[in-house]
Amino acid sequence: MKQADFVSLVMPFKDKVFRLAKRLLVSREEAEDATQEILLKLWNNKQKIGEYKNVEAFSMTMTKNFCLDRLKSKQAQNLKIVHSNYTDDNSSSLQKQVEARDSMDWVSKIMEDLPEQQKIIVQLRDIEEYDFAEISKMLDMNETAIRVSLSRARKTIREKLTNTHQYGIK
Amino acid sequence: MVLNNIETLLEKYNNAETTLKEEAQLKAYFASDNVTPHLEHYRPMFQYFSVSKQEQYTKDVPLNTKKKSRLYQWISVAAVAVLMLGLIVPKMFGPTEQEKQEALLVYNQTMEAFNLISLGMNEGKSQLTNLALVSDNIHEGAEQASKLGEFNTVTNKILKNK
Repeated sequence: MKQADFVSLVMPFKDKVFRLAKRLLVSREEAEDATQEILLKLWNNKQKIGEYKNVEAFSMTMTKNFCLDRLKSKQAQNLKIVHSNYTDDNSSSLQKQVEARDSMDWVSKIMEDLPEQQKIIVQLRDIEEYDFAEISKMLDMNETAIRVSLSRARKTIREKLTNTHQYGIK
Repeated sequence: MVLNNIETLLEKYNNAETTLKEEAQLKAYFASDNVTPHLEHYRPMFQYFSVSKQEQYTKDVPLNTKKKSRLYQWISVAAVAVLMLGLIVPKMFGPTEQEKQEALLVYNQTMEAFNLISLGMNEGKSQLTNLALVSDNIHEGAEQASKLGEFNTVTNKILKNK
């Protein structure tokens, strides 16, 4: 497999890998390192890549495992908490932008507080929009368990969001 | 009507029963500007989901196509091969048992021939000792001859004195 082939194979999902890593590791630098690591691992095993039925799902599983290991390891002790810079394209007023950014920051903070499993599921479902069959393959869980977990996560986010939204009003 | 629809969708959404299509519908709804006030608090969530999806991995991955020099490995392989050849070849292509016996036979024959030659040589040598004996006798004869010479000179002197 040539480098170009590999890049075109990896291109569609490298951002997904990165976002999942960032969801779990929070810091952008950590996530970049993790993504690089994953892609290099894939590259080094390029001979075997043909044997994988679904390279994307396989990579997502790898990413999940890698990040969880990373979180467990001592290296992650000095994780930097860095918030990403949201790129807002809406040309609404600054006030609104600030508000929107603020409330989106809230969402990201709420998501940080979720258990890892739920984080992963929300990431895969709500952000990357995988269907349940794919997620169940990636996480090696059955769909019902995923649905339960997802439902819990969504309800938690909603509740916390409602609380912050109405904070000081009620 | 639309609102009702959205609310039921939200309910389903929270129970994780929505399909991807329905979720897309929800996202589209919350991305628009006319969200009813009592659902406003959902907005940041869906916005956040859409925004996070746009984040990209921009770093380059150094896919080094460098071929690790496996020279040393190959050298060791070659060394082992040479060693094995050194052990195997003499066994396979070395002299067979029959050849060895033939060689022994030839060796013995030559040794016999050499023995015969040396026997002849020894005989010759003993004849040489006979010769030496002869030469000894000759020497003795010569000495006696010189004695005779002396006798001659003595007699000559006597003859002069007379």
